[in-house]
Amino acid sequence: MAGVSTRAYLDAASSEPLHPAARETLLAALDSGWADPARLHHEGRTARLLWDNAREVVADALGARPDEVRFTPSGTTALHAGVTAIAAARRRTGSRVVHSAVEHSAVLHAAAVAGEPDEVAVDRLGRVDPGAFAAAVARPGTALAALQSANHEVGTRQPVAPVAQACAEHGVPLLVDAAASVGHEQVPQAWSALAASAHKWGGPAGVGVLAVRKNVRLLPVWPVEEREDGLAPGHPDIPAVLAAAAALQARRAEAADLDARHRGWIDGLRKRIAAEMPDVELTGDPDDRLPHILTFSCLYVDGEALVTALDAEGFAVSSGSACTASTLRPSHVLAAMGVLTHGNVRVSLGRDTAYDEVDRFATVLPGVVARIRAGVGL
Amino acid sequence: MTAAALELDCRGQLCPLPVITLARRIGEVAVGERIVVLADDPAAATDIPAWCRMRGQELTEAAGERFVVRRLT
Repeated sequence: MAGVSTRAYLDAASSEPLHPAARETLLAALDSGWADPARLHHEGRTARLLWDNAREVVADALGARPDEVRFTPSGTTALHAGVTAIAAARRRTGSRVVHSAVEHSAVLHAAAVAGEPDEVAVDRLGRVDPGAFAAAVARPGTALAALQSANHEVGTRQPVAPVAQACAEHGVPLLVDAAASVGHEQVPQAWSALAASAHKWGGPAGVGVLAVRKNVRLLPVWPVEEREDGLAPGHPDIPAVLAAAAALQARRAEAADLDARHRGWIDGLRKRIAAEMPDVELTGDPDDRLPHILTFSCLYVDGEALVTALDAEGFAVSSGSACTASTLRPSHVLAAMGVLTHGNVRVSLGRDTAYDEVDRFATVLPGVVARIRAGVGL
Repeated sequence: MTAAALELDCRGQLCPLPVITLARRIGEVAVGERIVVLADDPAAATDIPAWCRMRGQELTEAAGERFVVRRLT
């Protein structure tokens, strides 16, 4: 029986526990970084110094200049602000927002508000065809293109470099949602704007990043104030921002080791599931992918029942199946790929994940799935 | 178009129920014959074609809530 001590958290792609480096920094910054960084007194200047320090660390990690980096209250608000403010500044050119069919819902929602969404289909692995994406970008009236660095649900990397080249040729800004990649692997450099989220790399929740190149015009479509060029209104949470930067710095130093470890474990898990379990569809690119994510769907199995049964066995995983979503619609990512949407499970590894946890999961999973199938007579 | 040998009305059922029903009852038609599945759950539009692909059956038609599957094995 699974007790508290045997729990395995395999949902790092939803949120990682706080990195020890972030915890230490956060506690210190709560005492030193509480003041208003816009004020000229000693306390304000101290807060400002910490904020600037965090900005430099994050800029360095992203390949940006410090003055190109803005901190937002979440990754979602970074995407909302980036998509809508860049599109609004390009209104004279047009209002079409070209994006892949498998972007994070924050991009889809923002594109619908910003103008006229133009969705580019993906293949069975979840990847856009760079030629098809370029053709969409080339059509007149394109305000903005948005493409993720890699998919958050299935791990497949996107062809950002050729897409960026096509965007540059047509003078269309490219926003790269790098939330799934930052802290895990190197992010492509050719972007006009880049969004990320600290709790995906072991920073605290409530810190997003929006980096925008100096030559990209912005027109926020909400009340604008001077902080963060109007992209993130209100007093910033400087202790959290500093902790996020500390986590990212620590994570970069660990990234190569974690990448090799996670890549191997996910490869092994993928092979074991393929060999030992009938009627399971393994999704996403097996090689050209993020190191830490594996997604698969089990025929005849209810996703909610599977997640609940795995939780009872001590495993925390997420699912893109319809019954696990408040909308009762399957994940738009799985649907766009044309892969099985029910019985879906996403496993994602964090820096604390031990091999034993992945091994136990692989051992327990076939029995759990067989039990649910037996319950429906299959 | 040849007539279907069996029609399964799975409207009102959520996935995976339509796919489970299809899997349980495909044996009732002969190899080469067709089954019509009516399903209105949005997931069916992805999951019935995916089932056909995974189980080596042929999806001959998919329009709205109506899916036609030909038994191949």
